[in-house]
Amino acid sequence: MTDSKYFTTTKKGEIFELKAELNSDKKEKKKEAVKKVIASMTVGKDVSALFPDVVNCMQTDNLELKKLVYLYLMNYAKSQPDMAIMAVNTFVKDCEDPNPLIRALAVRTMGCIRVDKITEYLCEPLRKCLKDEDPYVRKTAAVCVAKLHDINAQLVEDQGFLDTLKDLISDSNPMVVANAVAALSEIAESHPNSNLLDLNPQTINKLLTALNECTEWGQIFILDCLANYTPRDDRESQSICERVTPRLSHANSAVVLSAVKVLMKFMEMLPKDLDYYGTLLKKLAPPLVTLLSAEPELQYVALRNINLIVQRRPEILKHEMKVFFVKYNDPIYVKLEKLDIMIRLASQANIAQVLAELKEYATEVDVDFVRKAVRAIGRCAIKVEQSAERCVSTLLDLIQTKVNYVVQEAIVVIKDIFRKYPNKYESVIATLCENLDSLDEPEARAAMIWIVGEYAERIDNADELLESFLEGFHDESTQVQLQLLTAIVKLFLKKPTETQELVQQVLSLATQDSDNPDLRDRGYIYWRLLSTDPVAAKEVVLAEKPLISEETDLIEPTLLEELICHIGTLASVYHKPPSAFVEGSRGVQHKRLPGSAGSGESVESPDTGSAAGVSDAPPAVIPSQGDLLGDLLNLDLAPPATTTGPPPPTSSGMQMGAMDLLGGGLDSLMGDESEPLGGDLGGSPAMGAGFGAPPAAMPASFNAPVSGGLDDLFDLGGGVGMPSGAYSPPKSIWLPAMKAKGLEISGTFARRAGVVQMEMTLTNKAMSVMTDFAIQFNRNSFGLAPAGPLQVLTPVSPNQSIEVALPLNTVGPVMKMEPLNNLQVAVKNNIDVFYFSCQYPISMLFVEDGKMERQVFLATWKDIPNDNESQFQIKDCHLSSDAASSKLQGSNIFTIAKRTVDGQDMLYQSTKLTNGIWVLAELRVQAGNPNYTVSLKCRAPEVAQCVFQSYEAVLKN
Amino acid sequence: MIHSLFLINHSGDIFLEKHWKSVISRSVCDYFFEVKEKAVDPENVPPVLQTPHHYLISIYRGKLFFLSVVQTEVPPLFVIEFLHRVADTFQDYFGECSEGVIKDNLVTVYELLEEMLDNGFPLATESNVLKEMIRPPNILRSVVNTLTGGSNVGDTLPTGQLSNVPWRRAGVKYTNNEAYFDVVEEIDAILDKSGTTVFAEIQGVVEACVRLTGMPDLTLSFMNPRLLDDMSFHPCVRFKRWESERVLSFIPPDGNFTLMTYHVSSQNLVAIPVYVKQNINFFETGSCGRLDITIGPKQNMGKTVEGLMVTIHMPKVVLSANLTATQGNYTYDLTTKVLVWDIGKLNPQKLPNLRGSLSMQAGAPKPEENPSLNIDLKIQQLAISGLKVSRLDMYGEKYKPFKGVKYLTKAGKFQVRT
Repeated sequence: MTDSKYFTTTKKGEIFELKAELNSDKKEKKKEAVKKVIASMTVGKDVSALFPDVVNCMQTDNLELKKLVYLYLMNYAKSQPDMAIMAVNTFVKDCEDPNPLIRALAVRTMGCIRVDKITEYLCEPLRKCLKDEDPYVRKTAAVCVAKLHDINAQLVEDQGFLDTLKDLISDSNPMVVANAVAALSEIAESHPNSNLLDLNPQTINKLLTALNECTEWGQIFILDCLANYTPRDDRESQSICERVTPRLSHANSAVVLSAVKVLMKFMEMLPKDLDYYGTLLKKLAPPLVTLLSAEPELQYVALRNINLIVQRRPEILKHEMKVFFVKYNDPIYVKLEKLDIMIRLASQANIAQVLAELKEYATEVDVDFVRKAVRAIGRCAIKVEQSAERCVSTLLDLIQTKVNYVVQEAIVVIKDIFRKYPNKYESVIATLCENLDSLDEPEARAAMIWIVGEYAERIDNADELLESFLEGFHDESTQVQLQLLTAIVKLFLKKPTETQELVQQVLSLATQDSDNPDLRDRGYIYWRLLSTDPVAAKEVVLAEKPLISEETDLIEPTLLEELICHIGTLASVYHKPPSAFVEGSRGVQHKRLPGSAGSGESVESPDTGSAAGVSDAPPAVIPSQGDLLGDLLNLDLAPPATTTGPPPPTSSGMQMGAMDLLGGGLDSLMGDESEPLGGDLGGSPAMGAGFGAPPAAMPASFNAPVSGGLDDLFDLGGGVGMPSGAYSPPKSIWLPAMKAKGLEISGTFARRAGVVQMEMTLTNKAMSVMTDFAIQFNRNSFGLAPAGPLQVLTPVSPNQSIEVALPLNTVGPVMKMEPLNNLQVAVKNNIDVFYFSCQYPISMLFVEDGKMERQVFLATWKDIPNDNESQFQIKDCHLSSDAASSKLQGSNIFTIAKRTVDGQDMLYQSTKLTNGIWVLAELRVQAGNPNYTVSLKCRAPEVAQCVFQSYEAVLKN
Repeated sequence: MIHSLFLINHSGDIFLEKHWKSVISRSVCDYFFEVKEKAVDPENVPPVLQTPHHYLISIYRGKLFFLSVVQTEVPPLFVIEFLHRVADTFQDYFGECSEGVIKDNLVTVYELLEEMLDNGFPLATESNVLKEMIRPPNILRSVVNTLTGGSNVGDTLPTGQLSNVPWRRAGVKYTNNEAYFDVVEEIDAILDKSGTTVFAEIQGVVEACVRLTGMPDLTLSFMNPRLLDDMSFHPCVRFKRWESERVLSFIPPDGNFTLMTYHVSSQNLVAIPVYVKQNINFFETGSCGRLDITIGPKQNMGKTVEGLMVTIHMPKVVLSANLTATQGNYTYDLTTKVLVWDIGKLNPQKLPNLRGSLSMQAGAPKPEENPSLNIDLKIQQLAISGLKVSRLDMYGEKYKPFKGVKYLTKAGKFQVRT
C-alpha cells in the first residue's frame, strides 16, 4: 500500500473529514489521520486549521505518531503561536523521558519551533540535555544551541550556553565533539570576531583525535575548523598534516576537499627542502584526480578548486594533464572548466598533446565550448613560445573551415598573438583579410581593424578596407568605433599622402557626430596631437607597445591566497572572497596563508588594535596602470607655454583647424622622420598603451590641501561617472574644547568617490602646541575603522585650526550599537587621550552598486516578510518626484521604477549598505502635498530607522 | 548549512519541499527554472547558482532535480554529497528513485528527510541506522501492522548511532553466513581517429555483500596491491593497516556496501579490449553520407567480450540511416538523433560490421562536427588492471563463512573520436 491513498477526498470536504478522524478514539485511525495531514502538508496544502486537533494527538506512547505530530508542529507553530503553547508541557515532560531517543527528539523539535514563547521554556530542558548522560542527547542538544542562537542570540549568551558548548569540544564522544564544532562554527559566522573557537594546541589535539572516529560529516566540520588554526611552527604544522593526510582516502569527496584545504594551507609553513614537503605534494595529486571521476556536479566543484590549486602550486598536477581531457558527453559546465585548467597546465612538455585536443574540440557541436577552445589555442601560443608557430597554423586551419564563429574567435586571438610576437606572423594577414566580410561580432571586427591599422604599411589596400568600415560608423559599437578611429590615425601617420580625407572624415565623425564621451575625447586628443606636432604624434601613436604578459587571467596573488584558505567553500566556486558575496556577513575575516617557516609571526590580525589600522583595502586591479597614469599626468602638467602649435581649436573653428592640421602638419611629417624632436611629449614609450585605458586606479590623496593642477585633475577624474552631490551633513562640534584640554573637534562624514571619509576640523584652543595625533574607533555596527593613520603632519599651534580627512573602511570589528549609527571615537595627542561619540548618517554607507535589477527587486520585495516593513512620513518637502529621485541618487539611493497612480507618484528604490544589506523602498509623492510617505523593507529591519533619517536629511538638503 | 530541499521533476514541477529552518518561499526556485530553460538539456544545468539572497545547489538524478537552498557559506561538495546520499537512500528504501515512488511514499520520505538532517546538519545518513529508526515499506509489514497496530518507526535508539562502528548494528544473526566481493572495473578511455589511445584510466570498485553473524573482523588481501594509484575507503577500513601492510582490515557493515574505490591511471597498465575501425563521411553534395564500422578484439586477456554496444550521437541534419549489420541490430532514433548498434558477444572469427548510407536533410550544409562513438562492453571474470584478491580471513567469530570473489570489467566512458 502506498501513501497516495492519503490524497483521496470526499464530498464533505477534506478538512472536515480529517477533523473527525483526528478526534477518533481508535489509535490506529488517529495515526492514519495524522499521516493524511502530513501528506497534504508536504505537497503544500494548507492544513493549519487542524492545529488544535493534531496537537491533541501529541500525548501518546506511540513514537511514530509523536514524530508525525512533531513534524506538523514544526511547520505550523509559527503561524499559530498561541496554540503552539499548548504543546510546551508535553515537550518539557518528554525532555525528562527515560528513553534517550525521546529526550533528544523533544529538545530537537523544540529548537525548530521559532516562536518566542516556546523558546523561553526551552532553556531549562536544553541546559539539562547538554549535560545528559547519553551522548546521543548531548550531540542533539549541541545543534539545538545553534538553532536557539539563530532565533535569539542574546538569550544564548545570557544563559551561558556558549560556554557549555565550548566545554563539549572536550567531550569523550567524537560525535558530540563534531556537532559542538559544527554549532560553534555556525554561530561564529555571525560573530566574526567573537573568538568562539579558541584554537590552541590542546583543543587541536582533541579535534584531531575526534577526527579519526566521527562520522564523515563530522570530519568535514572538524577539518574546516582546523583550517582556521595557525600552527606555531613548522613542526606543529607537519604533525597536523601527518594526521590529516589519511582523510585524503575518504570516500566522501567533501571530506577529501576539506583535507586538501588544511594541507594546502599548512604546507605554506613547511620549509621547501624538507623531505616531507615533497612527499605531501605527491600525496595531493591522486585524490584530486579521483574527484574527477565522480558525478558531474562534484566534478564541477572539484574543478573550480583545482583551478585555484594549480595557480598556487602548479607542480602538484603538472603530470596529470590527460585527466582534464574533455569527453563529448561531459556537461558543458564541466567542459569549460576542464579547458581552463588545461591551459593553465600547458607547458612545453605537453603542448603537442594539448594542441591536438584543442583542435579536436574546435569541431564540437556546442558553440560556447568551441569558442573557448579556439581562444585556448591562442592562449597556448602566448604562453608557450615554442608552440606559437603551431598554434598559428592550427588557427589558420580553423579559419579555413569558414565556420563563422570559429573564424571570429580565431581573429580575436591572433590579434593577441601579434601583440606577443610582433613582426613574426604577419604573413597570415592576407588570409585574415579574406574573411573581413563575415565578421559580425564587435570584438572580432575591432580585432581585425586593429590588425589593419597596426600593419597598415604592409596591407596595400588598408585604406580601402578601413574606408569600408567607416561607411557604417554610427551603427558600430563603441569598441569598433574607437578601434577604427585609432586605426585610421595610424594609417594616416604611416601613409599621410593618400589618407588625408579619410582621417579628416573619421575625426569629424568622432568629435562632432558622436555623443560618446570616450570617442569624442579620443578624437580630440588625436586631433590636437596631429595639429600640434605631427611628428610627436607619430611617436606617441606608433610607439612601441609593451608585450602582453603570458597569462592574462591569473587571479591576483593576494586574492588567490585568500581563496586557497577557502578551498571547498562557495568562495572557491565563485573565485571571489566571501566578503564580496555572502549577504550580511559583517566584517568577514580576510584569511591569509601563514608565512613560511621561520617568519613565525602571527598572521591573522583582523582586530585593529593599533591606531594604524591594517589596510585591508583590496589591491588595485592594474597596479602598473596607476604609475603609468601618474607619469603621464606629471608630464602633461608642464607649464602650458611650451606647447609649440596653435591653441587647440574650439568647436566652432573645427573645420578651420582641420585644414590647418593637414596643411602645416603634413610638411613636418613628410620631412625627415627620424629626426628626434623635443621630448616634451614623446618621453614615455608606454604612453600609447596608456591612452586606451580608463584611469582605473585613482590614487587617493585626501588630506593634501587642494593646491596645484594635479589635485584639480584628480578631483575632476573622481567626479566623472560619479553622481555628484552625495549628501553630507554640515560639520558639528563633536568634542568641545573644555572637555579635551583645549582640543576642539568638529566634523562630519562624507562619501567621496566611493570612499567613506571622516572630515574633521581640529582646533587648538589651548596655550601649547599639539602634536602626535592618533585616532581609534570602538567596535561599531558596520565595522567602520580608519583606513590609515590620522594624517596630521605638522604640529598644531595655539589658535590654529587644521582640516583633516580620514578615509575609513568597513572591515573593522563589528558590534551592534544603540543607536545603530553611533560611533565611539578615541583621539590621542601629546597631551592626553579623549573620547567622544558621534552619529554618522547611514547614507554614507550606501554603496555605488546599490541598484537592483527590476526583477530581483520585485522578487525580493515579495520575499521579505511584511513584518519587516516600516513606514515613515517626511513632512514639508517640496520637491517633485523626479527631483527627489535625482537627489536621492546622489546619495546612492537608486530609483528602479516609477509608477503613477491617481496623481500619486510611487518610486521604487533600492540601496545597498557596505555590509551587503539591501534596503528596498517605496516612496510615495502626491503632487501638491508636501508630505511624503516612505515604506522600507529590509531583511535587517533594525536599519530602517537610520535609513529613514537619511532619506529625510537628503531630501531636505 | 542546508536550509531547504525542493524536489523538482523533469517538466519543472516542484512536487515536494522540506525546510529545516524557517520556510523559504517556492519562488526561490524561479531562478533555477530560468537557468534550466537556458541550459536546454537538464544535464547542463550548473550545480551551483547564486541568487540575490540564497545559493541553490542541485543535482540531477533519475530525471529528478534535488535542489537545496543554502543561505550561508557552506562547502558545496558537502551539500552535493548529501543530496546524492538522499537519492541513494530513496533508492535503497523504495527500489528506485523516481517521482512516482516518492509520491507514493510521501510520509516515509518526509520522515526520512527529518531524520537525515537536523537544522541543516546531517544527523543519520547510514542506511542501517536509518532502517532501524524508520522501517522500509513492504507489503507484508503493512499487513502485519494493520492487524497488530504496530508501527513503522523504531522506538529504541539505534545501536549503531553512537558506537565506534556506527555502520554496524549489534546482534546480527544469520543461519547462512556469507561474504561475497565483486571487483568491478570500468575503463574510461578516449581513442582518436587512428585508434591510438589519447587517454585511458580504470575506475575500480570493490562491492561487498556481507551477511555474517555477530561482530566479525575481516581481512582482505590482494596479490598485487601496488597496482592501485589512489584509493578511497569505506569508513570501516583501518587506514593505518593499509598504509603499512597493504591489506584491508575492517568490521563490515551488514548487507551491501562499497568497500573501496580505486583508480589506475598509469596508461601502460590500461589494456584496451577492443579496436574500432570506423569511417563516417558526409558528402558535400547529395545530402547523404556513408558509415562503416568494424569492431575486433584487442587486449582481452583471452576472455570473451560481451554486451557490446555502440552508440553514436548523429548531427542534427541526419534524417535516417539505411544500414546493414552482420551481427546484432541497430536502431536510429529520429528525435534524439541517436544511433544504437546492439552487437552482443564478440566473435573473433567473424568480426561484426555495420555499414550503409545516411541521408540528410535536403539542402542542409555538410555538418561541421564529427560524431563520437560510445562503446559499451562487458568482460566476465576479469579485472582488466590485473588486480586479484589473494585471501579473505575472518577473526572474532567462530563459524566458517561462505566466501566468494567475482570479477567484472565494463566500459565506462569509452569514446572513439571520428
